[in-house]
Formats: sequence, C-alpha cells, structure tokens
Amino acid sequence: MPDLLLELFSEEIPARMQAGAARDLERLMVGALTDRGYLFEGIKAFAGPRRLTLVIAGLPAKQKDVREELKGPKTDAPQAALDGFLKKTGLSKDQLRIEKTPKGDVYMAVIERAGRDTPHVLAEIIPDVMAKLPWPKSMRWKPGLSVRWVRPLHSILCTFDGELVPFSFAGISSGLHTRGHRFLSEGKIEAKRFDDYAQKLKAAHVVLDAEERSAIIFEGVKQAAFVHGLEMIPDEGLLAEVSGLAEWPVVYVGTIQDEFMDVPAEILQTSMRTHQKYFSLRDPKTGKLANRFALVANMIAKDGGKEIVAGNERVLRARLSDAKFFWDEDRKHSLESRVEKLKGIVFHAKLGTQYERVQRIEKLAGEIAHLIGADVEMAKRAAKLAKADLTTGVVGEFPELQGVMGRYYALHDKEDASVADAIRDHYKPVGPSDAVSSEKVTIAVALADKLDSLSGFFAAGEKPTGSGDPFALRRAALGVIRIVLDNKLRLPLTTIIPMARRAAGATALEANKLDEVIIGLAAFFEDRLRVALRDRGSRPDLVSAVFAFDAGDMRLAVSRLEALQAFLKSDDGTNLLAGYKRAANILKAEEKKDGKTFISEVTEKLLSEPAEKTLFAALAKAKSAIAVALEKEDFAAAMQQMASLRVPVDAFFESVKVNADDKQVRENRLNLLAALRATLHQVADFSRIEG
Amino acid sequence: MAKASTFQDLILTLQNYWAAQGCLILQPYDDQMGAGTFHPATTLRALGPHAWKAAYVQPSRRPSDGRYGENPNRLQHYYQYQVILKPAPENVQELYLGSIRAIGLDPDLHDIRFVEDDWESPTLGAAGLGWEVWCDGMEITQFTYFQQVGGIDCDPVCAEITYGLERLAMYVQDVEFVYDLKFNDQFRYGEVFHQAEQEFSAYNFERADTEILFQHFKDAEKQCRELLTGPASEGEQNKKTKLALPAYDQCIKASHAFNLLDARGVISVTERAAYIGRVRALAQACCQAWLETDMGAYKPRFG
Repeated sequence: MPDLLLELFSEEIPARMQAGAARDLERLMVGALTDRGYLFEGIKAFAGPRRLTLVIAGLPAKQKDVREELKGPKTDAPQAALDGFLKKTGLSKDQLRIEKTPKGDVYMAVIERAGRDTPHVLAEIIPDVMAKLPWPKSMRWKPGLSVRWVRPLHSILCTFDGELVPFSFAGISSGLHTRGHRFLSEGKIEAKRFDDYAQKLKAAHVVLDAEERSAIIFEGVKQAAFVHGLEMIPDEGLLAEVSGLAEWPVVYVGTIQDEFMDVPAEILQTSMRTHQKYFSLRDPKTGKLANRFALVANMIAKDGGKEIVAGNERVLRARLSDAKFFWDEDRKHSLESRVEKLKGIVFHAKLGTQYERVQRIEKLAGEIAHLIGADVEMAKRAAKLAKADLTTGVVGEFPELQGVMGRYYALHDKEDASVADAIRDHYKPVGPSDAVSSEKVTIAVALADKLDSLSGFFAAGEKPTGSGDPFALRRAALGVIRIVLDNKLRLPLTTIIPMARRAAGATALEANKLDEVIIGLAAFFEDRLRVALRDRGSRPDLVSAVFAFDAGDMRLAVSRLEALQAFLKSDDGTNLLAGYKRAANILKAEEKKDGKTFISEVTEKLLSEPAEKTLFAALAKAKSAIAVALEKEDFAAAMQQMASLRVPVDAFFESVKVNADDKQVRENRLNLLAALRATLHQVADFSRIEG
Repeated sequence: MAKASTFQDLILTLQNYWAAQGCLILQPYDDQMGAGTFHPATTLRALGPHAWKAAYVQPSRRPSDGRYGENPNRLQHYYQYQVILKPAPENVQELYLGSIRAIGLDPDLHDIRFVEDDWESPTLGAAGLGWEVWCDGMEITQFTYFQQVGGIDCDPVCAEITYGLERLAMYVQDVEFVYDLKFNDQFRYGEVFHQAEQEFSAYNFERADTEILFQHFKDAEKQCRELLTGPASEGEQNKKTKLALPAYDQCIKASHAFNLLDARGVISVTERAAYIGRVRALAQACCQAWLETDMGAYKPRFG
C-alpha cells in the first residue's frame, strides 16, 4: 500500500520544541485520519533544527465507502416532516424506500458516500493539522496573514505514493523539493518517497532522526574522550539539547587553559554547560574534571575544525575569565560579611527579606539541633551563613550553584567543616533520587530551612493548589519526611510545626491565624506522609490504621506500620484479624440493638465456659504486656503479644455462644469482646484494615 | 574575503553591505539610549503598514555595565550595528550570512548556528521571536522577528539584526581585551574610550546626582504626556496636536534616567517594576500617537 511523505521546512526551530512538535504532528495526523475512517500500517515523525518530517506507511489510496441507513418519518406523517427529512438527506422522495415496522410504514433513506481519493483527503487534512499544531511559542511572519509557525516556514514537501499532494499553507504551495544542510549542501533536492528522501538528505548532510543524531554525538564524545584517555561525564539533558542544534553533528575537542583549572570544577562545568553547551570530560581514574571539553558543531570545516576549536576555546576563555574573576572577587569578602547584604534581597513580599528569613532559620535550627543532639552553635552558625552565597558573583551568574559555592567560601573563611557541609547540603533532598544527609548539623539546618518555608507560605496564604506549587512546598514537606525517616529522628510533627510557627516571631502574620496554620500544616504533612509511605509500597489501609497514633512522630508511625505489616503476613496475624473482625461485627450489631457501647469491666465470676475464662486470662496478660512493649516502642514485641491471643480467640468463637439467654452473661461476654477490641486498638486501628 | 582588520573597517564594511541591499544608511540618534532598538527608526518605524529598510550604528549606554575600564569585554558605552527590514525579506537569513561573509568570517571554516533566543523589552512593551547567532560558540548577533512594539502588533513583521560591534571586532581581530582593538591602523580602542569608561563608571555608580535624575525622570514623563495631549474631539477649540516624535524623545530620556538611577542602586526591587511600567506606558502612548501621524499611518506628504 502507498506511503505518505510530508516535510515542513522552516528556519531554525528551537531545540527544546522539536520533540514535542514531532509528537504533536503525529498525534494530530493520526486523529484526522482515523476520524475519516483510515487505518494504516505505521507512522513516524522526525524533528530537527530546520524540519519536521512525517511518514505514514500503508495508507489506502482511497477512503472507505460509507453506507448509512437513516430512518425517516412515517408515511402518514405531515408533509412538513417529509420535507425536513428530504432536506436533511439531500434526496428526492422517489429515492426513499418504504419499510414496514410494527408502528406502521416509515420512509428509509440509504445514503452511500463513495470514499474519496486519499490525496484529496490529505490536501484537506494537512493544512488544518498545521494550523492546529500547538507550538509553545509561535509567530506571524506573512504580511496580512494571521497564520503562525514557530519561525518562518519556507517550503512544504508532500507526496502520496510518489505523487505530489497539492495544497497550500501560509501562501506556500506544496512541492517535491527540500534543501539539505545550510552550509554543507547546495541547491534543491527532489524527493518523492521516504527512502529516497532520507538517503538524499543524508548525502546532503542532514541526519533526520533525533535519536540517530543523539547516538552520533554520544559515540563521538565517548570516542573523543577515549582518545585523550578520558571519559565523558554523562548529561542527558545536554545531549538532547545539542541533538536539536545540529543537522550534521560533528564532535571536536578543545582544551581548558591551565589558569582556570584551580577554579572549582562545579563552576567550570556549569559555565561550559549552560553558556556553551559543552560536554565536560573527566579522568576515569581520579574522577576529576579534565582540562578538555567536547563541543558539538554543525559543520565539517574545511580546515578540519582548527578554527572552530580555536574559536570555541577563545570564547570559553572569556567565559571562564568572567567566572574566575567572580570566584576571586567573592573570596575577598567573608560569608559573614555578606549576611548584612541579604537585607537587600526580598524573599517574598509577605515574608520579608532573605535576611529576615535567615534570622528565622537560625533560631529554628538552634532549637532543632538541641532536640536531635546536634551541636547547637554550629547549626546556628551554618544557618546564619546558609544563604549568604546568594550575594556572591558566582551564584549571581549561576543560581544553580547556590549552596555548592557557599561551602567553598565557608571553607575559605575557615569555617568548621560541618558548617560548610551544612551550607551546601541544606537544600537537599531536591529530587526523589537525591540523597539525604546524615550529618546532624546539616539535618538541623535543612529541617529549619524547609519548615520555615512551609510555615511561612502557609501563613501567607500561599498553599499549594491542585494545579500549582510555585514555592515547591510539596517537595519541602517530602524533604522533611525523608530526613526524619531516613535518620530515624524522634521529632514529632506536633513539636516541630508549632516550633517553626513560633520562630517566625515578629514577622509572623496575625497571631490568631496561628492555629489555622498549624492545623493546615499538620494535614498537609499527613497527606504527604501517606503519599510517601504508599510510594514505599505500604498498603494504604495499614497506613490509615496506624495514623492516629504516635502524635505526629513519623519515625514511630513507620516502625508501627512495619511491625503491623509483618504481623499481618503471619498466620497468627491473619487469623487474629479474622477474629477481630468477627468480634467487631458482633459488637457493632449488638451495640446498635442495645443502643449502648460495651466498655464495662468483665465480671470474672460470671464467666462459666472454659474458653471464655482462658480468653479473659489471656487478655489480662496481653493487655499489660502490650502496654509495656509499646512503652518501650518495641512494636515487634507488641505484635508477639497479640499473636498469643490468636488461639484463645479462635477457641472462644468455636465454643462460646455470645448472645446467651441470660442477660447478664450476654452483656459480660460482649464486654469481653470489647476488651479484645480495646486491647488490639492499643496497637493499631484494626477497624481500618481490609481483608 | 579579507577580514575587516580594524574596528572602523568593520563598520564601513557593514555600511556598504547593507547599503547595497537597499537600506537607508542612517546616523546614530542624538539621545542617550540603551540599545539601537530605541532609535525611532526602529521603534516607531517598526509599526504601521509601510515598508522600511534602514541600517545605522547606535552608541548604546548601559550604565550598570560599567567596569571602570578593567573588564576585558564589558562596557557601559558600546556600539551596536542595527539593521531593520520591513517587511522581513524571505531570504533575510541569507542576507545576514552575506554580511558575515563580507566582514571576513567564512562559514566554511566556522560553525555558525541560529540558537533560540526570543527578545523582549519590557520598557518598550516590545517582543519578538528569533535567535542569537553563534559563531564557534560565541554570540555575534541578535536576530529578531518583531511581533509587537509599544504593545501594538507589528504587521507586516520586520526583521531586526543587531551586531555587537566590539564583540564581533574582537572575534575578527582575535583580540581578548576590548581596549586592544585596532580602531584604525593608528589608534587602539582604548586610546579612544578607556578614559571615558573610567570616568563614566564613576559617574554612573558614584557621582550621578540621584535627586537631579529623579527630577529628570519626572520632567521627561510630564513633558512626554503633555506632548501627547491632542484635541479630545474633532472640531474642538483646542488646536494643539499630538507631537509623537518629540514625545518619544522624552520617553528615551526617561528610560536613560531610569537606567542611571538603577546603576546608582537607589531603586528597590519593587520600585523597579513600577518604573519600568511607567516608561512602558510612555512608549506605548508614543507608539499609538505615531500611528495617528501621517508618516505612521502612511499618508506621506512628500514623494
């Protein structure tokens, strides 16, 4: 079956938009074709710096014929109804058929639409799809036309089964021609079928497929590094970006001048990446940044790249001189002396300057340090200096180096190593794969920083909404949770949330909002913790079962959850849960019947059956043993005690009739079941457990 | 394709090249401004229906970029070469590459790329889509298709090409310190401008009288508004007409006063946005008024 080939050739398409445009083009074409009843064998879209290409394989030469039967009015209906039906169907009365139905004779219309030739359909669809293509940002360029494209569109190549599909878009008529590489090819290229097209483009130095370009670059950088005894530092984001900046990628290697090699590697790497889009290389033995970089050009230069490499080295030299200048200047002023400058930087209109923020964090970090046994003075020191690097030249130039630079400057100022590390790491964790620090000073500052943001923004009424979280508060809360759990900290939310709120001190908003903020934050954390635990594979019902316990002590909640989870996997656990459910159901029914809750003590002398006596004794023993275990936060022991109840519970239900005829005996037995319920509820809310 | 060996050769080459493409070769505007875009030959002429093709050098002042003559490539006063083509010719990228060849950069030896860089001027209420043009990893030109100026849609769309002349010359002459550029065969760039950079840096950062500047800003704003007041309705007694061009001069002055105040560090973050908004309001009003004039609406009285 025939193929469709479509190429939209324009001026340079932003690298970041290319992949999305290819996907959108494919999606819109699939939609338009299926809407018109087409099936086809395959479709693929390509995007590059100057072109979007779409190929559809096995597209039928004709649209399917459509046969439709429409039921009209009854034959005895008023003339107006018939006229309406004729108008709707476009038929005349003698073209209608009469069909007998149980309700009488009705007119039937049979409409047959012959499928149109595919080129006609395509000529109609494609301009429409092009008009709908959702570029993140597009422009007008044709005088008097409101039509938009990402950059001026120059030509459209469109063939079906090797023949031109004629249509026009933005005043450009489709044709059979395209162009190759801007500098490495000349003149027009004619192509009618995809294979021919791809082959001719390659000859004209255009690699159509972004994945192929990306592979060429990856291999090229790897090889080039290898030649110098180095390895590439992988960078997928950069790889994707440079793949969109070259139709014919060529890798060259340049040298970083020695004078820059004692500038911190992070600065060199960031400067090379963000400004110049170079790959950094490293020594595979030491892991250290090497004095070479790999650049990806869109050119095979006549001189083998000598000028290109020299030019890029020169540009890099200017860039790194700037960076080195900042690095040298920055170290002339201590971090401490920079704290004052934070007064000039607004953190948030309602939350004051960075200086005020740091003051809050310092206070809070001190309190948290005290709670977790970190060096209080070190934590306060680190908190005080934590944001000072925001006023440095390097961070001004490369905001992503905040913290990293602070550490360098702190070490230069001879601050304690724990302070320097805390300055760098207090932003962590920033993503799910980012590690959590186990250094106590860092932990204190990191928690203080996150809690201050959370309580501040909640107080300012800037809570995250379903659609947006501009201040990354979900990430901050998850960070607190991860730091607490990974370090097994005894730091109940009920302690630290109000503490964060108080630390806001003078800058806190109206005091009467305090409770509202605390309640809001507690709910927010609960929500985040549920999500975090679910993400770790915990059953949602078990999370709910332990949630009400432990007064916001997430560490305890998690140990409780883990012990419960293990217990319920055991035989004893499953059976005890069944016993609990039976007891709970009976209680529910009888409590409803009696209109009261059974909470009274069990009267021992009313117990007659051996099984109920045994259960009574077992409960008495387990209850206090569980209490002792819980006191010691030994959830495994508590579970073991519960396990000891399984046999007596099973025996009780086997041989004892709860609803005894004697009223007193019945109530006493119900009280016994209530005691079982209460005993288990010491450990978890079993009523929330499913299964 | 000999390389433009001096700074003034570079300018002359560009002048000749764009003159040959049919551009008017205009002269710099005689007001202090931050970029060639502020020249009325770009800001105002970008609007309205009539064709326009012009090229000129524009001295550009960025007070806060002053480095007392110590930075190898940052200047508070530098030159832009500005080309404005309306409507944007279909082969405008090719025309541009022709100019690169003319100054002696051979695309067969270099890696020339168009890298996304959309342009926006909050003070002019202007925006466009385009690229920065890279030569071997260095940005040598800003290339923009204007979409809007003064908050008004451009139709037809024009192409703006802006070369940073010092930067380009440094590349062509293989010089790392801007003051080492050969201005001509006899003089270095530093001999012409180094002292000016020192003195103006001191003025911009230390000496400029902020009270006077605040007053300049207010005066320019007031005068601009006044010049844009016209008869409220047809046949009204008030015979005053709007004077778009003198009003726009005042807008340029207000913008420069703001840039100086900003360099002096007396405008806070929150005030900053408000000041930019005030300049933008002036620019928008000037652009509106320009479109009501004969030239702006293309009812030429001459020619």
